Amino acid sequence: MFEITKRRLLAAASIAAIVFAVPSTMAQDSGEGAGGQEPVKAGFVYVGPVGDFGWTYAHDQARQCMVEELGDSVETTFVENVAEGPDAERVIRQLAQDGADIVFTTSFGFGNPTVKVAQQFPDVKFEHATGFNPGGDNMALYNAKFYQGRAVLGTIAGMMSDSGKAGYIASFPIPEVVMGINAFQLAAQKQDPEFTTQVVWVNSWYDPAKEADAANALLSQGADVITQHTDSPAPLQAAEKAGAIAFGQASDMTSFAPNAHMTAIIDEWCPYYTKRVQAVMDGTWEPGNVWLGMEDGEVVMSPFNDAMPDDVKAAAQKVYDDTKAGNYEVFTGPIRDQSGEIRVPEGETMTEEELLKMDWYVEGVQS
Amino acid sequence: MSVQLTVAIMMTIAGAATPLLIAALGELVVEKSGVLNLGVEGMMLIGAVAGFAVAYSTGVPTLGAIAALIAGALVSSVFAFLTLSLMANQVATGLALTIFGTGVSALIGAPFVGITTSTLGPLFAFDNPLLRLLFGHSPLVYLGIALTIAVWWFLKHSRPGLILRAVGESDDAAHAIGYPVLRIRYLAVLFGGAMAGLAGCYYSLVLTPMWAERLTAGRGWIAIALVVFASWKPGRVLLGAYLFGLVITMELQAKAAGFNMFAPEFLAALPYLATVAVLAIISFAPQGGANAPACLAKPFRATA
Repeated sequence: MFEITKRRLLAAASIAAIVFAVPSTMAQDSGEGAGGQEPVKAGFVYVGPVGDFGWTYAHDQARQCMVEELGDSVETTFVENVAEGPDAERVIRQLAQDGADIVFTTSFGFGNPTVKVAQQFPDVKFEHATGFNPGGDNMALYNAKFYQGRAVLGTIAGMMSDSGKAGYIASFPIPEVVMGINAFQLAAQKQDPEFTTQVVWVNSWYDPAKEADAANALLSQGADVITQHTDSPAPLQAAEKAGAIAFGQASDMTSFAPNAHMTAIIDEWCPYYTKRVQAVMDGTWEPGNVWLGMEDGEVVMSPFNDAMPDDVKAAAQKVYDDTKAGNYEVFTGPIRDQSGEIRVPEGETMTEEELLKMDWYVEGVQS
Repeated sequence: MSVQLTVAIMMTIAGAATPLLIAALGELVVEKSGVLNLGVEGMMLIGAVAGFAVAYSTGVPTLGAIAALIAGALVSSVFAFLTLSLMANQVATGLALTIFGTGVSALIGAPFVGITTSTLGPLFAFDNPLLRLLFGHSPLVYLGIALTIAVWWFLKHSRPGLILRAVGESDDAAHAIGYPVLRIRYLAVLFGGAMAGLAGCYYSLVLTPMWAERLTAGRGWIAIALVVFASWKPGRVLLGAYLFGLVITMELQAKAAGFNMFAPEFLAALPYLATVAVLAIISFAPQGGANAPACLAKPFRATA
């Protein structure tokens, strides 16, 4: 079918040039090694595009902020749109081979590939976000307690909803997502005991059209609050159109839904990245497993919408302040599961370990 | 089920189907002329970003849609030049076009991340659900249906349409009679590109009025599959696109209604299972899958 001719070979070569130039854009922000000292090289692996205005965007903002903080003594590289799975292993290995001193892998599904590559490059440091497999001596885990922010959202939802029903657009049933749904529902239930949260799984972190359709489906079935654990602003736009309220994911998305957007959970990874890269520079880097929250300034809320009633503002602010001060923990008993059975007795609080393995829903969650 | 809910569901179906329909109709014409362009996804992304950029800069969404048409046709001309004039492999070039479109659209779109624009929304707003169902869609929804009829008429009943099909069935014979095979294919590819661009701007101007990288999230591939699924017949493309919209919408509605009879994974797999089922049924039909243009994806070199 395909005869090889000189002309076709030339054409094929020009195509190949295009093909190999573009995929998984690799970009570099380099500082000149000041004072003869070699700059520390930090690599970042992103699951989505840096322009998603959500999860990956937040990580990339933090990377840029870290470069600003540390200046010429650091050189960063990032690879975006890396699929979770075997391809991730290739990308992580490539970064390690290219001389990275520290590699941050920023999605749950990068866990096993990171562990594998970390074993092959004992001199390179690896840091995996939101995972559970601690790996070896050259690997650390870091995560943020987003669920604390979801408790703030749930409080607002419970107070502002007329129908008592929220629509939750969720990606994959991993503990991270499950605990977010539960935190939201528990906080809302405190305001309105009859409150329910209807979950729609879209089986993707990022699919604007499907997220919008899911939001529309939920809205047409009586939900008047939309919240999401996916990365695009599409659900907010759907909520805005329907006159419902909604919350931003990972960055302030007010511009997409000036009326619907109540607040957003913002991830502040910059202090952590700066601290860890600084540690590599100083030679003091140690493996660790940190789960930082509002008390560490890693999880913050974007400004509340002016349209929010004052009592709601006050209640939401109180949850935030109390969490920050260590006086509020949404996963405090009594907590019932979907069947109405008590899973966490009164007065007890779930441990971090229990939360990170959470695979059941609290009462009022419909999924 | 209330009337309001039924209407909401039916409008979502039309919304999910329209971009697939428009892109697939464009690809159908391209394939009928004997060219396989797998770059639909890339052209859609270019259309999406061009449409958004122009609509945002001028404040006129219609201009955005026109820009999407032109931008889609422009990138497809690169494909046409490589495959038709240079006779590069169409499959490889099409794949390259998708990758190219993904990258270029991200580059062009970088300054437009995080903002929204006025939309190409419905021309009339109605409170009455029935009127809304009939007249309350974005103009592109009606355009998609009109386009189906136009493409059907063009291919079936017009002389240029017959010539285009002849070129796709036997390029050598068409050339021997004196038809300009390459020029016809160029025009078909440009039309396909324009339609893909327009379909792309449905996402950035109607469904989710914003720009974000990879906004179309793989819908271009579904459009290509639809053409095969429809065995190269415009009416069936319409049917297939709306069927696909129906399955996607019902999956989400069933989840939103808390319908737990099936596992969510099963519902998520439904569109693909439906595709497999229909493909199987088509291949059992008397004609089988033999409806494909005979010269599909074959390069043409004029002899004498």
